[in-house]
Amino acid sequence: MKPFAYHQPGRIPDAAKLLTSIEDSKLVAGGMTLIPTLKQRLASPPALIDLSRLENLKGITDDGATVTIGAMTPHAVVAASKLVQAKIPGLAALASMIGDPAVRIRGTIGGSVANNDPAADYPAGVLGLGATVVTSTREIAADGFFRGLFETALEPGEIITAIRFPVPFKAGYAKFKAPASRYALVGVFVAKFADGVRVAVTGAGSGVFRVPPMEEALSQNFDPSAIAAIRIDTDGLTSDIHAEADYRAHLVTVMAKRAVDAALS
Amino acid sequence: MGNVIGIGASPKRKEDQRFLTGRGNYVSDIKRPGMTAGVFVRSPHGHAILRGIDKGAALASPGVIAVLTGEDVAADKLGSLPCGWGISDAKGVPMKEPPFPMLAQGKVRFVGDMVAFVVAETPEQANAAAELMTVNYEVLPSVVGVLEAVRPGAPQLFDDVPNNICCDWELGDKAAVETAFRKAVHVAKLSLVNNRLIGNPMEPRAAIAEYEPGTDRFTLWTTSQFPHVVRFLMGALVLNIPQHKLRVVAPDVGGGFGVKQFHYGEEAVITWAAKRVMRPIKWVASRSEGYVSDRHGRDHVTEAELALDETGKFLAFRVNTLANMGGYLSTFGPNIPTNLYGPLLGGVYTTPAIYCNVKVVFTNTVPVDAYRGAGRPEATFVLERIVDVAAAEMGIDRVEIRRRNMIPKEAYPYQTPVLVQYDSGDPMGCLDGALVAADVKNFGIRKADSARRGKFRGLGYSTYVEACGLAPSRFAGRLGARGGLYESATVRVHPTGQVTVMIGTHNHGQGHETTFAQIVSEKLGVSFENVDIVFGDTDRVQFGMGTYGSRSLVVGGAALSKATDKVVAKGKKIAAHLLEAAEVDIQFEAGKFSVAGTDRMKTFEEIAGAAYVPHDYPLEVLEPGLEEQAYYDPVNFTYPGGCHIAEVEVDPETGTVTLVDYTAVDDVGTVINPMIVEGQLHGGIVQGVGQALYENAVYDEGSGQLLSGSLMDYCMPRADHMPMMKIATHSTLCTHTPMGVKGCGEVGTIGSPAAVINAVVDALSHLGVTHVDMPATPNRIWRLLQNASLPVAAE
Ligand SMILES: Cc1cc2nc3c(=O)[nH]c(=O)nc-3n(C[C@H](O)[C@H](O)[C@H](O)COP(=O)(O)OP(=O)(O)OC[C@H]3O[C@@H](n4cnc5c(N)ncnc54)[C@H](O)[C@@H]3O)c2cc1C
Repeated sequence: MKPFAYHQPGRIPDAAKLLTSIEDSKLVAGGMTLIPTLKQRLASPPALIDLSRLENLKGITDDGATVTIGAMTPHAVVAASKLVQAKIPGLAALASMIGDPAVRIRGTIGGSVANNDPAADYPAGVLGLGATVVTSTREIAADGFFRGLFETALEPGEIITAIRFPVPFKAGYAKFKAPASRYALVGVFVAKFADGVRVAVTGAGSGVFRVPPMEEALSQNFDPSAIAAIRIDTDGLTSDIHAEADYRAHLVTVMAKRAVDAALS
Repeated sequence: MGNVIGIGASPKRKEDQRFLTGRGNYVSDIKRPGMTAGVFVRSPHGHAILRGIDKGAALASPGVIAVLTGEDVAADKLGSLPCGWGISDAKGVPMKEPPFPMLAQGKVRFVGDMVAFVVAETPEQANAAAELMTVNYEVLPSVVGVLEAVRPGAPQLFDDVPNNICCDWELGDKAAVETAFRKAVHVAKLSLVNNRLIGNPMEPRAAIAEYEPGTDRFTLWTTSQFPHVVRFLMGALVLNIPQHKLRVVAPDVGGGFGVKQFHYGEEAVITWAAKRVMRPIKWVASRSEGYVSDRHGRDHVTEAELALDETGKFLAFRVNTLANMGGYLSTFGPNIPTNLYGPLLGGVYTTPAIYCNVKVVFTNTVPVDAYRGAGRPEATFVLERIVDVAAAEMGIDRVEIRRRNMIPKEAYPYQTPVLVQYDSGDPMGCLDGALVAADVKNFGIRKADSARRGKFRGLGYSTYVEACGLAPSRFAGRLGARGGLYESATVRVHPTGQVTVMIGTHNHGQGHETTFAQIVSEKLGVSFENVDIVFGDTDRVQFGMGTYGSRSLVVGGAALSKATDKVVAKGKKIAAHLLEAAEVDIQFEAGKFSVAGTDRMKTFEEIAGAAYVPHDYPLEVLEPGLEEQAYYDPVNFTYPGGCHIAEVEVDPETGTVTLVDYTAVDDVGTVINPMIVEGQLHGGIVQGVGQALYENAVYDEGSGQLLSGSLMDYCMPRADHMPMMKIATHSTLCTHTPMGVKGCGEVGTIGSPAAVINAVVDALSHLGVTHVDMPATPNRIWRLLQNASLPVAAE
């Protein structure tokens, strides 16, 4: 790890100002993704701006129609939250499947969403639920937020402050863990709303994506059988030493069915 | 007489006190005054010509003390890293043994090959400087697979090793096998891959070297399973340091599994560099560095054929294997897929004729060497797989075909057609015990239950034997060993009766400090707490060959047992004098020397006291002091074995294999500490399950890049992969080791892969699946099911 300066601002504008004024500086939330890259000398930012002292970035609130989770809320807190378990049990379940206990205690929803790892779990929940990413400067709809392989709509200096989730009728997540990393080899989030069903897939390609044919079929009939015959195209799906593209395509259908099952149970 | 805890007891492990309270002393815990930091610059290419190395920027970087390359090694006329075994082909032509320079010279041959060593004041400065090194590589195509490496036109690693073949080795009577095949009613055939593995000990490798000008002595602290062997190989053959001027210390070592039983170039470089910079140097490998430099294991491609008569009796077995050696010959490299493989192909069966050909092949990969089991898991896998294939093809039950061919208990000692003679064993007894423990008779009920849940359930057997307790030196010498394989122990009885043992084996997780203390406690009648075991320091321990090949208890324990016998013998002489009796009348039991048939006696402590305060002592005929040493060279290998039964459930929708039950009934001879034996079995089985279901070192053909280069991509088995295991022993005693022990360190890893894969194939056999390569990953199973179910769907 190369030396760096360390800042621990107390207010969001201060953090944003540091971020824009120190070139190549980085925000650090749980550090679960960032610190290993520093240790391996893959990144060497001159300064880290720690978000842990910022006010109002932690905690979970609800206003009936939406549940809002502060960016600095760790995965373990979301998984154990009575509120999330009652309103969006599929999301609590998703959080409980991330990594291991140590990772869930340190890792945050803001960090995960900002990082947009193609095999991370939260992006499937955020896109599947059609959530809104709230930042230091604006609100971004999930559909416009994720831009593929570690890319997001975040501008330089922009800080995620919270994620706002609409409360669905039903939602479920099914994850096929990659054998070694236990990130999602394929993870599918399914959510049923008054105006239809959303299906979001992580792990299978270079970034989280929706599956319109499954959404249409499930909007007609919210049952696993409705999508059993829908196979997604292998174009754009990842092939690596763990899984070939056609296997991933197959798993999308299997995990989508299991996600619907989870939502119904 | 205190607290004797002897053979057969399961005290908690002595060493865990320090391990569990964070007081272990590992190499990276050690700090020396004025210590500097070393970092290796490694090749990012699988195969390249070194066109030049520019040290300039690195040397000018802050804190840098030295930058050394292969040219400096050559200028100092240092030796090549030695190979401890020299094998030959059928005509007696020795293997090709190209030099293995400690820092690459002329060419690099695998990703991770070392090209330079940077020494700086701090690790940070050394790392920063290493990044500034400019190495001019002319990249060549890499070849990583054995099949590809022997093909005409393949990239050649060495100018004088045509077709990359190091040795074309064979064993057995080829003509007899051919004759038997002509008479066969059925021939079963099997092609398989034994997947390449990475050891992943919890503690990465590390070393510290220091040179003391005042005494002209070197000290190397290293994560090694065999410090005396490192002293010999490195001192005598690489660096030309006289043995008495070199101390090698292997303190607490956090797991080895074979990975740490080789002499590594890093050890030689750092020791050599310590004198050049006149400062101690520390190097600690990162996990990623370990992936591209720790020796890998297995990596075979094999074709096997089994000839049978109409009753399913095995007539002959023929095996052709290509074994990957990686880019250079490591310490034991060529011995593993030959001498530790071919002789095991008889298994527990009476197969009268066996022939084995192994082509040992160089590729642009990390050198391959021994990894827990080393050769025997590969042999067991080939044999136990093909037995199942033959059974299925001939319509004979898998247990029944094994019974028909098993060596009966009464037939021991049993001479196999492939060199080894088994001294004792009862494979049928292990099988019978395992069938009951695994509740095989109710398997049908469990299979039906799985089917109701849409899952396929399978049961797999592995009835196996292995050869360990390495090794009888004379025998090993005939096979090509360039060193001895005995062990030594010194038993030092202090004047107050406590005991310190100096032993040449190395404890890095096996519980030696406990097991060996139990042996001494039992044999000398002293308290378990009053025995300490010292190992891992060439200045404190007389000599030793170290720990590998399940040899510590078998060979080291035998030396220890003999040394305690010598202590007792001397104690009897002292007691005879003190008790004014004839030596033949002195009995030693439960820590007391007594005159037979009387109540006159002396305690062990009293005798020790008399030996060190020899006022009333037969000084004319006996030396004072009570310390004895023994060297023990085994007369044969030992042959632990047993029966493992795996039960798996396959989810056909995802291809996921779940191990739902595991039973092992093993014959490990005398059990000193049942808890430790069970622990060794647990760990060994988990490693075998890892090979069968999860682990795979994958290289990219052409570039030679390691694609599974971290724990994110190399899947280690984890606690939640495992069911509760049923472990039992069914022991026959080894007839030639002093205590009847056979060794248990590797049996789990040797027996299990075949059991697991046989279970997976059984689960899928109704779909026409006859073989699954390891690891049986979900993707691989799904692919098989796709191919298998096509004709079914077409019906
Ligand atoms: C062993 C291990 C296993 C894991 N397994 C999984 C898994 O199964 N599934 C999964 O989804 N994830 C997994 N993760 C990742 C984990 O969930 C991380 O917590 C997450 O990816 C990043 O969150 P963090 O809070 O640690 O972010 P950090 O590492 O601190 O930051 C990550 C990136 O996001 C930026 N960032 C952080 N917070 C904000 C913010 N509020 N606004 C803007 N940018 C921000 C940082 O600058 C940095 O670039 C695993 C991680 C580890 C170490």
